[in-house]
Amino acid sequence: MDLEIRNLSHHYDKLEVLRDINITIPSGQVVCVVGPSGCGKSTLIRLIGGLEQPAAGEINQIGEPPQGSLNPLTYIFQDFALLPWRTVEGNISLVLEGHPISREEVASRIANVLERTRLSDFANVYPKQLSGGMKQRVAIARALAVNPAVLLMDEPLSALDSQTRELLMDDLVSLWEREQFTACYITHNLNEAVRLGHRVVVLSRRPGEIRETVDIDIPLSERKVDSPELARTQTKLWEMMREEALTADRQLADA
Amino acid sequence: MTDSVSTAAQASLSAGGASSEAGGKRSVPFRGGGFAPKPVWYVAPLMFVALVLLWEFGSSNGYISPLVLPAPSEVLGAFGDLVRSGMLAKHLQASLTRLVIGFVCGATLGVLVGVAIGLYSIPRSAFKPLVAAIFPIPKIALLPLFIIWFGIGEGSKVATILFGSFFPMVIATYGGIDAVDRNLIRMGQSFNLSRMAIVRNIILPSALPAILNGMRIAASISIILLVAAEMIGAQYGIGAYVLLAGNLMATDQLIAGVATLSILGLIVSWLISLAERYFLRWRA
Repeated sequence: MDLEIRNLSHHYDKLEVLRDINITIPSGQVVCVVGPSGCGKSTLIRLIGGLEQPAAGEINQIGEPPQGSLNPLTYIFQDFALLPWRTVEGNISLVLEGHPISREEVASRIANVLERTRLSDFANVYPKQLSGGMKQRVAIARALAVNPAVLLMDEPLSALDSQTRELLMDDLVSLWEREQFTACYITHNLNEAVRLGHRVVVLSRRPGEIRETVDIDIPLSERKVDSPELARTQTKLWEMMREEALTADRQLADA
Repeated sequence: MTDSVSTAAQASLSAGGASSEAGGKRSVPFRGGGFAPKPVWYVAPLMFVALVLLWEFGSSNGYISPLVLPAPSEVLGAFGDLVRSGMLAKHLQASLTRLVIGFVCGATLGVLVGVAIGLYSIPRSAFKPLVAAIFPIPKIALLPLFIIWFGIGEGSKVATILFGSFFPMVIATYGGIDAVDRNLIRMGQSFNLSRMAIVRNIILPSALPAILNGMRIAASISIILLVAAEMIGAQYGIGAYVLLAGNLMATDQLIAGVATLSILGLIVSWLISLAERYFLRWRA
């Protein structure tokens, strides 16, 4: 299933946050959206998944979601959004409970995603006992459990320390290699964007407009941390963003 | 590069130390202690025993008049009489019945109204100002009115306790619901959970710590109101017993009654702690 965003604009009262956004997220690809803080990235991803209503423009799903998909557009949040009173298993079963599927299928889906995220040993553990990286892996497992068509990832690694981020990035890359998931990945971290994105969309400062779309043709598996080509792309992106970030930094929140 | 930095650092260090002794070596003084009081388990019982001993000593040596404050041994005696005559059970039964009925009904209604205020716009607009207006009234002031409405018997007493525990529960409940992490609700919506499922699985468990906290407050208010209500026209009940003892200048019985109230309060608060430990075991 592809996702198409056409002429999307949004404002809060009089504050214009997004202006005329056009993005296509093709099936099996990761589209990264980068931009300075406050440029409307988070608003954009909330609009894409239907958690907010856009002021203008449309968001279309093209094609059918995969067989057995319980929730085609599924989020992974920056702050994990796990229920602290439920175990790892309970957090995953939460999103399966309302659906007309058998008890056995719930159990098998949970076992399956825990194995895919290497969390099988932690099924009965509470979130407070887990590190940040592990919590985010639980959130990824929860998202995979509903068999999504498109993953909407809102700064999924931003709440983690840099080492954990590196480990989880490797996990995401190998996950993509195994299953070629479709994703819209919001981040302010250019390194994450060039490591995971097939396409990187650069937003300007508020009101967010598309400044540039950069396609990266290197296969994900060949993108090494110290690859000069990636470094060049990252530098290029940074040069595009530098001026925007500098101005955005001085922008008043309520202006 | 690194060499020049380290020599610069050394130079500044030795410059700092030069005031006392050139090139001298001193350990860095520890400055981070204090401001961390810890409970020491044996102090509290020791303090209690010491206080009672001091009191007993003062009473038996005539420093404390028995009319003002009877010796602890006499209080214990009065308490023993109370237990042996079967009156303690009778008073406790009367008090606990009022307390439990009033508190359980008040807390249940309070949670229901609090949830309605927390979730829906119309009840919120209707009840929130009303609750704000009635909450500050000391409920004892309403007791005479309740006596007119419900009679001098059990009705007015239970109503006072019910009323007194209702309002703190309403405020605690909708406060807890207002404070639910929006991101968790958004997460529930993003997975297409039904409204009921979000309320049941996300909102109510999130608000539970606040609700239990409200119960603690409501319970202590209930005990205050229980005693006050029993001091007006009750035959049995700890409050009635304390009042009667006061009227007869029987200070030993009076203190025994007050001590019973203290124990009752401690037990209630212990029960709520147990509930907290059970229901909130997921908390860090």
